[in-house]
Amino acid sequence: MSANHAIATDEAAPLLEIKGLRKRFSLSAGLLDQLRFRGGRLVRNRKYVHAINGVDLEVLRGEALCVVGESGCGKSTVARTVMGLISPSEGEIRYRGERIDGLAPRALLPYRRRMQMIFQNPYASLNPRMTISQTLQEPIRFHHPDWERRRVEEKVVEVMEAVGIAPDWGKRFGHEFSGGQRQRIAIARALAVDPEFIVADEPISALDVSIQAQVLNLMMDAQRERDLTYLFITHDLAVVEHFGTRVVVMYLGTVCEVAPTAALFATPRHPYTRALLSAIPRLSDHGVERVRLSGEVPTPVELPPGCVFHGRCPIANERCRREIPQLARHGDTLIACHAVEEGRD
Amino acid sequence: MPLLEVEGLDVRFALRQGEVQALRDVSFSLERGERLGIVGESGAGKSVAAFALLNLISRPGFIHAGSIRFDNEELTRYSERQWRRTRGNRISMIFQDPMMTLNPVLTIGAQMIECLRAHRRISTSEARKLSLARLRQVQIPSPEQRLDQYPHELSGGMRQRIVIAIALLLDPDLIVADEPTTALDVTIQAEIMALLLELCERHNVGLILITHDLGVVSQVTQRMLVMYAGRVIESGPTREIINDPQHPYTQGLINALPQMTPPGQRLNQIRGSMPSLAHIPSGCAFHPRCDFAQLPDGSPRPGCRAQVPPFVDSGNCRVACHMVRQMQQLDLEEATP
Repeated sequence: MSANHAIATDEAAPLLEIKGLRKRFSLSAGLLDQLRFRGGRLVRNRKYVHAINGVDLEVLRGEALCVVGESGCGKSTVARTVMGLISPSEGEIRYRGERIDGLAPRALLPYRRRMQMIFQNPYASLNPRMTISQTLQEPIRFHHPDWERRRVEEKVVEVMEAVGIAPDWGKRFGHEFSGGQRQRIAIARALAVDPEFIVADEPISALDVSIQAQVLNLMMDAQRERDLTYLFITHDLAVVEHFGTRVVVMYLGTVCEVAPTAALFATPRHPYTRALLSAIPRLSDHGVERVRLSGEVPTPVELPPGCVFHGRCPIANERCRREIPQLARHGDTLIACHAVEEGRD
Repeated sequence: MPLLEVEGLDVRFALRQGEVQALRDVSFSLERGERLGIVGESGAGKSVAAFALLNLISRPGFIHAGSIRFDNEELTRYSERQWRRTRGNRISMIFQDPMMTLNPVLTIGAQMIECLRAHRRISTSEARKLSLARLRQVQIPSPEQRLDQYPHELSGGMRQRIVIAIALLLDPDLIVADEPTTALDVTIQAEIMALLLELCERHNVGLILITHDLGVVSQVTQRMLVMYAGRVIESGPTREIINDPQHPYTQGLINALPQMTPPGQRLNQIRGSMPSLAHIPSGCAFHPRCDFAQLPDGSPRPGCRAQVPPFVDSGNCRVACHMVRQMQQLDLEEATP
């Protein structure tokens, strides 16, 4: 643990803070392809996908913060930027108060041990040429080079038992397991270095219903037993309602609403949150009345002016088309909506 | 007389390691204009059932036994010629991925006109007019423009609307939809499902909806089948099955949904996973995962392990489970002293 002394331990402060995060991906090819003649002059024309446009978030210790939204809303980009898999275009990310964006790989190493990630597709996230025990030993060896072999092996057995995979299956390869089992192994790999913070990007979306329940239970057990904090990315609201302590609703790279889970599901405030909640196919026939959205999500290449949701919003007005709403506190909830602010929701 | 009657359908795949039975003794029927859901997890055989209905099972797969009667005609004896006249015309299909259905190198209009002209003797301009009308019906904005666009220029939701428009093009009697909204976002899914439901009702089209999503089934269909390891294990009116499932697997599936447990508590999981078709357990295929099939000492109940449970009637539903049958016998004995 000698490498970790540098990391501060203020228990009350948020574990992770994201401020003014922006990420854009260039769509343009090389410099020569970007140059165009327009009106007799040479101009450089660059196009970007604006994946995240100014996101502020805090992840508190011990909570399961769920980020929900539809495809293209930037939720996975948030997860990947937090983990340092991609670097932000603007903004800062602080872990226990220390900035971790833009750190050199070596300086990031102690944080990598504390932060682990679980990916959506367990068929792609396990190396097909490594046995399960090799897969699980790798991160331990990497972060604890001083551990002797026996200790590494004991740790592997411990995490395999924790996720319900028999330790004598360690000699097998990933393809010999079912999707649910592979996701358990991916969770075991994340747990192998005793992290305190896990980013899970759609960890159960690729699994069948009965297997989803198994994996969610496993993640909740692990949270209780190991005092974990989760940043959980998903599009499945039923899972959020069950699993999350707080929910962040994202649309087109911006945060619409941040609320405690129970409050969000009882009284959704943002018009997009309302539409999203009413679109869940429920088992009972006497459901909530559907808020129908017209149109589709605009492309993140040319962002609409004003509120990004105004094109589909049933209560948008002139101000929404002009002015970008900022997150404002309403009780326990943060909402970015002019209509809510003006009381015409 | 029902529109569609499937009896004892048995589909097999001849693989190198031996024959694999993908469907076992599947029987169901569908009235004209009725909507039937087929539910199950991956590997349950629901997509094989859909493909078999349309004679789309290709080698090494084949229909080993069973009959499919559609409008009083035996489809399993159809020639390829007869199939060509039927598919896309009287029975049409919607698949999960609209990009697999649409031809990427033809414009939307060309594909719709081709489909119409393959089945009807009409001019290109008439066909274009009809295609436009259908695109309006599926609420596609600026339909004239869409006819000259290629599939890649449209969003996923828009493509699936076009697939629905094509499926309805020739006024079919039956649409088979295999996970039509699984690849779409929730708000788009809700729109597409509402649209499909409305169009089926308005045109009195029968719908077979294959999905893993119990919420979607309960909102769209009138009756449903639950499949497990190639067999139908429970069938009946959708509302009754959702509200009061009889088979332990159906119960497990519904109870495993997050909304069935108070927030933060452990979910009711079903242990184990769906068996592969090459290694289906003996007797009731669900017995290794079933609580009822376990004796107090942990060994499997001999009846469940040895014998495939026959269907018993339970209210308006039919269930293939030894437990349900035993309970009914107990009730009977109590009723006749």
